[in-house]
Amino acid sequence: MTSSPGGDPSGGEVQTPPAPRAIVAGHGTFPQGIVSAVEQITGFGNVFIPLSNSGLSGEDIEGRIREHAKSSGISVFFTDLPAGSATIAVRRMMREDPSLILVTGTNLATLLEFVFRGEESPADAARHSVEKGRAALDTQGNR
Amino acid sequence: MPIDLYRIDDRLIHGQVVVGWGQPLDIRLIILVDNAVACCDWEQDLYRMGVPPEMELVFADVATAVRDHPKFASDPRHSIVLTGDVATMHALLSGVGTIRHVNVGGLHHRPGRTQKMRYVFVSPEEEKELRELIASGVKVTAQDVPGARAVPMEAVLGIADAADDSGSAERSA
Repeated sequence: MTSSPGGDPSGGEVQTPPAPRAIVAGHGTFPQGIVSAVEQITGFGNVFIPLSNSGLSGEDIEGRIREHAKSSGISVFFTDLPAGSATIAVRRMMREDPSLILVTGTNLATLLEFVFRGEESPADAARHSVEKGRAALDTQGNR
Repeated sequence: MPIDLYRIDDRLIHGQVVVGWGQPLDIRLIILVDNAVACCDWEQDLYRMGVPPEMELVFADVATAVRDHPKFASDPRHSIVLTGDVATMHALLSGVGTIRHVNVGGLHHRPGRTQKMRYVFVSPEEEKELRELIASGVKVTAQDVPGARAVPMEAVLGIADAADDSGSAERSA
């Protein structure tokens, strides 16, 4: 599936920026970096809100993620490490709202796939994105 | 095998602990000492999900951790004892009596705390407890990850003779 996240580009009109559909949260500048890569490749980095955990307590990480999720109506979260504090924060949120969707171990292929699955339900889009991200992991060469 | 690290970190289980320290020290056992987590199955499940299968995560309140410390310290696996605050570590040290080195890995911003380093903020009460630990002969150092320099807490808190070390230590971390 390869629908455009910003509307049908065939009309030749300037596309409106897509609304954020997911939060990317993790360590250091990982969120900003990987979202900038999405922007460079697709022009649709705005699909994601990047949030770093740097310098924040567990409570503050959770507070920031909650605040952005609420204000943007977001229910999908991509994090880097399964053991990371951003992951822990989202899992706490999921206790109150089991409809939230969390993807851990996020890589660039995962996010690129999610960008182009804007017409699917969040759960389906996340599932397909994980399949793509997993398939992108490979090792080549054995010497 | 002696416990490799006694760490104060308000994020408890997270990347720096599980990966940052866990991999280079070959950690196979984490003892999470926290009175609130020790009595909450849901909190324990949450943190268990964050550790890889080769790592055992044990939960204990302070009294249990003091009682079982000899067992933990003689476990053949490399291990970390983890608390989320200074008071819990202080109580553990007071109860055990033989712990000589504490790592401050992360005490982040909270109302009432003052920043001492990028990842160390302390309240007046926490500073008092850290000073008591130092005065009792415990070596307390701030170090978030193994690759950073361990900064003596005397320098962080501006205790005499070590204050000049604080700035350069933070820059190198």
